Amino acid sequence: MQRWKGVIRTPVGLAATLLTGAVLVLAVVAPIIWSDDADAIDTSNILAGPSADHWAGTDNLGRDIFYRTLVATRLSVELALAATAIAVVVGLILGTASFLLGRRSGKLVNAGVNIAVAFPGILLALFFAVIFGVGATGAVLAIGLAGAPSMGRLTRTLVASVSARDFVDAARVAGVGRMRILLRHVLPNISEPLVVNATIGAGGALLSFAGLSFLGLGVQQPSYDWGRLLFDGIGSIYVNPAAALAPGAAVIVAGLAFNLFGESVAKALGVGVIGGIRLPSTAAAVATAAPAEESHASTDDVVLDVRDLEVVFPGPAGPIRPVRGISFAVRRGEAVGVVGESGSGKSLTALAVSRLVGDPGRVDASCLELLGTDLRTADTKAQRQLLGTSLAMVFQDPMTSFNPTRRMGSQLAEVARHHQGMDRRSALARAVDRMRAVRITEPERRAHQYPHEFSGGMRQRAMIGMGLMGSPALIIADEPTTALDVTVQQQVLDLLAAIRAADDVALVLISHDVTVVGEVCDRVLVMYAGRIVEDLPATELATGARHPYTRALVAAVPAMDTDLDEPLAVIPGRPVDPADVPEGCAYAARCPLASARCLTEDPALETDVAGRRVACWHAGEPVAIEIEDREIDELEEVEAS
Amino acid sequence: MASASSAIAATPRVGRLGSHAWLRFGVRRLGRLLISLWVLVTASFLMIHLIPGDPVRAALGPTAPATLVAAKRDEMGLDDPILVQYWHYLQGLFTGDLGTSIVSQLPVSDIVSQRLPATLQLALLAFVVAVAIAVPLGVTMGVLTRRGHGRRTELVFTTSSVVLGIIPDFLVGVGLVYVFGVNLGWLPVAGNDTPSAYVLPVFALAIGPAAILARIIRVEMVTVLEADFVRTARAKRLPKRTVYLGHALPNALTASLTLGGLILSAMVAGTVLVENVFAWPGLGSTIVSSILNKDYQVVQAVVLVYGVGVLLVNTLVDVALALLDPRSMIRED
Repeated sequence: MQRWKGVIRTPVGLAATLLTGAVLVLAVVAPIIWSDDADAIDTSNILAGPSADHWAGTDNLGRDIFYRTLVATRLSVELALAATAIAVVVGLILGTASFLLGRRSGKLVNAGVNIAVAFPGILLALFFAVIFGVGATGAVLAIGLAGAPSMGRLTRTLVASVSARDFVDAARVAGVGRMRILLRHVLPNISEPLVVNATIGAGGALLSFAGLSFLGLGVQQPSYDWGRLLFDGIGSIYVNPAAALAPGAAVIVAGLAFNLFGESVAKALGVGVIGGIRLPSTAAAVATAAPAEESHASTDDVVLDVRDLEVVFPGPAGPIRPVRGISFAVRRGEAVGVVGESGSGKSLTALAVSRLVGDPGRVDASCLELLGTDLRTADTKAQRQLLGTSLAMVFQDPMTSFNPTRRMGSQLAEVARHHQGMDRRSALARAVDRMRAVRITEPERRAHQYPHEFSGGMRQRAMIGMGLMGSPALIIADEPTTALDVTVQQQVLDLLAAIRAADDVALVLISHDVTVVGEVCDRVLVMYAGRIVEDLPATELATGARHPYTRALVAAVPAMDTDLDEPLAVIPGRPVDPADVPEGCAYAARCPLASARCLTEDPALETDVAGRRVACWHAGEPVAIEIEDREIDELEEVEAS
Repeated sequence: MASASSAIAATPRVGRLGSHAWLRFGVRRLGRLLISLWVLVTASFLMIHLIPGDPVRAALGPTAPATLVAAKRDEMGLDDPILVQYWHYLQGLFTGDLGTSIVSQLPVSDIVSQRLPATLQLALLAFVVAVAIAVPLGVTMGVLTRRGHGRRTELVFTTSSVVLGIIPDFLVGVGLVYVFGVNLGWLPVAGNDTPSAYVLPVFALAIGPAAILARIIRVEMVTVLEADFVRTARAKRLPKRTVYLGHALPNALTASLTLGGLILSAMVAGTVLVENVFAWPGLGSTIVSSILNKDYQVVQAVVLVYGVGVLLVNTLVDVALALLDPRSMIRED
């Protein structure tokens, strides 16, 4: 019952419910009340336009069209319901055939249904209308049978989904007959979607019936339904348009009412629908705003300068801050690694820096400069050009990061065409040259291929090549090797290193893999819960890390000589949920050094004389790092989450 | 080294899989088309025999002399064994002989070939108009309502397109006749003598499918705009127009094509009703008048033509889909 209330909760659902009710009530009472008015002949007042006496005018016998439209409700609805009933019954027979008759004969029925479904309903209805003859009875049969194939297919799908369930198998094993299983176990379980689709079908039948009657193939005089009134009215549309418009409006209102009522019920009950009309959902999103602060000057050597970077998303219980105020700079030719568990905000940092955080996310910073240009200002052409040529992005999944419908060469060439004003030919030549530069063999041929013809490693190299179409000062690579085979991971890392060495390009490498970062980078930023908790030279990772989280990350890496029969070490506890960051140090709950102060006061990121930074009240304090031992499957579970 | 070997490994694998899949797809699709055609032809043959009573008597009327009815039955071969008739029917189809109209005495093939062009024009123009409306509208709406933006716009658009999509084409036609013909007097409401006479029938047929198609394209656009390759396009700092039209749209269209095909074949059949609203001299008005006149030879042929039209459209859509997205060939069964 509760679920049914959902129907009237949306404005469309409520309107449809009320309208459907009104149409049904009208169908019952209208002929009782207005029959005499509708049939009253007034030959002195034929084909009159709308007046106070006759709201929709009169027909060629002077009968009131408004009343006739009201009275016609009953016949129109009756015929539609009768046709729907036929469609449902025949559809049930067709749809359950494979269940009852067994595989072989069922297959034949299914093939027939599949062929019939391919033909539009109106064509089937015309075919049957010819066979059953012109008139109301023939039209009911025609529309009913025309609707049967799609009903049959729906039934078949539903029956198939139910008959695979355990209780049906149990009944079958218990020796219950097929017919009995169908009636007792299968049909009760599919009745809900069937009824919903029948309601929608009734709306369609009503409209189809109006169509057949309008063609003169349905209801014949002296009976009349809406379609028949329309048929009579359209001839005199220049004399009295209301004679056609009144029944036309009635058909539309009633058809829409049934249709939308069925859709709303389907939506409220979570039932699938044949037509697949999707009504709008009701979730709402609100973005929050925060003012930006003053800008800082940056030195010439600095490629990227980030201060107090924050990323905010609206959440159900207030704004969520997955990145909570981080500051760092990257110098020319420098390689900076960003490490942390998933959810630490490292990928969002990359997107925020490159201005790719989409709505409804918001990026704030007191300084965000690439090569001295403020990136926080509005999206200008000059800024786009700078980002397009000076900043290269490499994303995690090369399989999905290229447009599957376009050739690789043109996807690379696009950059040169838009930012360097090259024509098609020279841009493509440059693309081929860059593909060669990233060691793609036969670049001329490869440029004409589609992404799915490239292997994963090749695609990632092409992605890097795309970044090299301009003259990048900075490459931001977000987990560039995570989605690749182990064998090609090293190639991609080597390629990045080679580019950096050759052109003095700075690199920001984001990874969850401490080993990779330690190998490629000069400096490492360790992120936890949207903050930088430690910033140290890569060479000091193994021995000089002062933050307990960094030390735990390093210790969790299996060494070459780790005994693989031993359980792998993991950091105890779970990463912080960005929607619920605790007070004090975010890592305190998992930290072996945590004291009372850690739970109440958040440590600031302090810089020491050597330029290293750490945010910890107990930085560098000696501890035997306690690593909880777990079984491997538990570890995988943590990684998967 | 490794890159060279992976290049060699990748090429033949894709090539071999590709041609194999194409062959399987072609054979299966052709088989389905032929079976559907056979069912269609048989159904149209049986139509005359399933009609209760004597079709010749029905066509000629109760006052026609019995000798004339008998002569006509003999001429049409209605007294032959049914399999012989079926054989003659198939023979006739292959030689382009669709019989003779009982009412007008004209060869049915002449009637069909005279009427078909008007219907084809109507259906094709309406399809072009529907796509021309739906694509820009769907793309614009997709961009405006991505990521939960423009809730109100989405509600208004979706609700109105649902409503427009449900209203049958002939009622849209009646509305258009009233507004632009009767009320404003801008456009002719019958026949196909002048170019302006095309406007109302074409729009009557196109508006509903355009609304449905635009809604589908919007949903697909909203999905595609979240794809990784769109992020890549944004990372290239391409102008927004290029990101939407060059990268997102082709992928959204591929996904919309399946349903677009259903809409197109429904449009072929939709001409029946719309032609009758606008007195359009095509097959649609022919079939209705023939049914009313009990001119069953003509009805039979027109049903067949419409059916073949629908089957061809369905097949073309499947092939287009396979060309655009080769994965659909395998998905199919």
